[in-house]
Amino acid sequence: MVAFYNEQFSSRLLIGTALYPSPAVMQQAIRASAAELVTVSVRRETAGGKTGDAFWSLIRELGVAVLPNTAGCHSVREAVTTAKLARELFGTSRIKLEVIADQETLQPDVIGLVEAAQILIKDGFDVYPYCTEDLGVAQRLVDAGCRVIMPWAAPIGSARGIVNRDALKLLRQRLPDITLVVDAGIGAPSHAAEALELGYDAVLLNTAVAKADDPVAMANAFRLAVDAGRAAFEAGLMTPRDFASPSTPVIGTPFWHAAS
Amino acid sequence: MLHDISAKRYPAHISIIGAGVAGTWQALLLSRAGFDVTLFERDDPALKSSTGHWAGGMLAPYCEGEATEPAITRLGLRSLDLWDQELASGPRSGTLVVAHRRDRTDFDRFARRTAGHDLVDAERLAILEPALAGQFDRGLFYADEHHVEPRKVLPHLHARLNDHGVAIHYGEAPASAKGGLTIDCRGIAARDQVADLRAVKGEMIVVETKDVQLNRPVRLIHPRWPLYIVPRADHHFMIGATTIETDDDGVSVRSALELLSAAYAVHPAFAEARIVEIGAGLRPAFPDNLPRVRIDGDRISVNGLYRHGFLLAPALAELTATYLTRDAIDNEVMQCV
Repeated sequence: MVAFYNEQFSSRLLIGTALYPSPAVMQQAIRASAAELVTVSVRRETAGGKTGDAFWSLIRELGVAVLPNTAGCHSVREAVTTAKLARELFGTSRIKLEVIADQETLQPDVIGLVEAAQILIKDGFDVYPYCTEDLGVAQRLVDAGCRVIMPWAAPIGSARGIVNRDALKLLRQRLPDITLVVDAGIGAPSHAAEALELGYDAVLLNTAVAKADDPVAMANAFRLAVDAGRAAFEAGLMTPRDFASPSTPVIGTPFWHAAS
Repeated sequence: MLHDISAKRYPAHISIIGAGVAGTWQALLLSRAGFDVTLFERDDPALKSSTGHWAGGMLAPYCEGEATEPAITRLGLRSLDLWDQELASGPRSGTLVVAHRRDRTDFDRFARRTAGHDLVDAERLAILEPALAGQFDRGLFYADEHHVEPRKVLPHLHARLNDHGVAIHYGEAPASAKGGLTIDCRGIAARDQVADLRAVKGEMIVVETKDVQLNRPVRLIHPRWPLYIVPRADHHFMIGATTIETDDDGVSVRSALELLSAAYAVHPAFAEARIVEIGAGLRPAFPDNLPRVRIDGDRISVNGLYRHGFLLAPALAELTATYLTRDAIDNEVMQCV
């Protein structure tokens, strides 16, 4: 089980609801992923304060918890307003907090993020902040009261996988009691497995599944990868070393084979 | 020959509700198959309340195949032939797909996921669309695709119906007609009666400029939506459309910015174009975004044409006609309730 604030989930895969060829495919993919927490966009589908009722009921049919997302917000004020709108629309205090600094790379504005997180936590939100892999920023978010931190693997939608592995490892090491989720940049199941092997509690992704040739099959592949990565982490991975270490005894091997 | 068909399959009279592109094609092919057809439309002949009023009129079965089920391409290809026969128009315009440099990965994916195209280099692109010379280093050319202008082609087809002796009653949309067979082609207006039908908003903008000339629709790769710039008469261009899961039919500032910047990305001269019209239509869609022809006794519902009204309407009308004359069913999109 993995804890997100006061909630426990058994799935370690969080998945987005955008970009699928159709809502039917989205439903099948989410079922195949076994995800229990799905992100929903607040901004696009809620123009004029109306949600796409039919689309929303298709998500509700899945019986999963929703994590509304402030995607596309560029300022603290905008993100806070969007979070409050989301709480009313979706009836949940969960909020995936995104404050975007740069339109080109969709890099998080970490300073605005910390500020918005402080405001929203005080207001009773369970904040899931999307941030960079910077330890100082993560520490500030924890100080603000965040119990979940979601650093990127690589820029949103880039499918590049974990770019700064050392920094992600350091975060895990220094924030042992915080739920850590790798969010954004995951392109392949192996990237997701790698995050879980590093001891991350979960991964969050959307494009890698939604834009696959077969989203349902890809969702299943991610489910398996996340399970494998977590199982490997729990089993205890061996430490890489510089030289070969034989797995069978070398005694009895002729010296001309044992020597290199 | 039609006398051999049982009375159940060969109704004395057919009432078609909705004179948008779906209903119009049903009326056309069924009247031609020998049925006595009447068409009802709640609106006036301008059809401004119809979703098709805001449509691009793209007949792009290959391009649409990028993110849809194969049935859309199959039915769309059949529709292209039916449009050709009906309009006896000249050669097809084709579609040109281009991408902003940054969306190159999505361009390659689009090429991989669609058929019916040639990869064209900058030189050939400049021959196809001289206005775009030097703007893009490559494109995908779908020579067999085409487009129609919705606000011109529907009145044309309605005139044809009149010539066939089909009466069109405007300002009337009975839920069902008395006696005979009713074909419900009301689209999103029927959502209260059709289970699982939802609205998906499509926003579009029409601009006018003499500084850009396009010979065919140009589709710009966009991370979320299929965006076309469709050249129309009188130096007009339709830019559309968004695809947003909502039943609100307003146009947002954000969508307007995205649509206009897409045009600007295709050609900087669009910056000086005059905005003629901004609007949105609500497309009727089922959860799998596939159309359905539902047959329920003396009532047939044709709905869920989603983004593909003009692309699918002829083929769906042919399916209905085939069902009524030969009792044959297309298992992918037809259901007997």
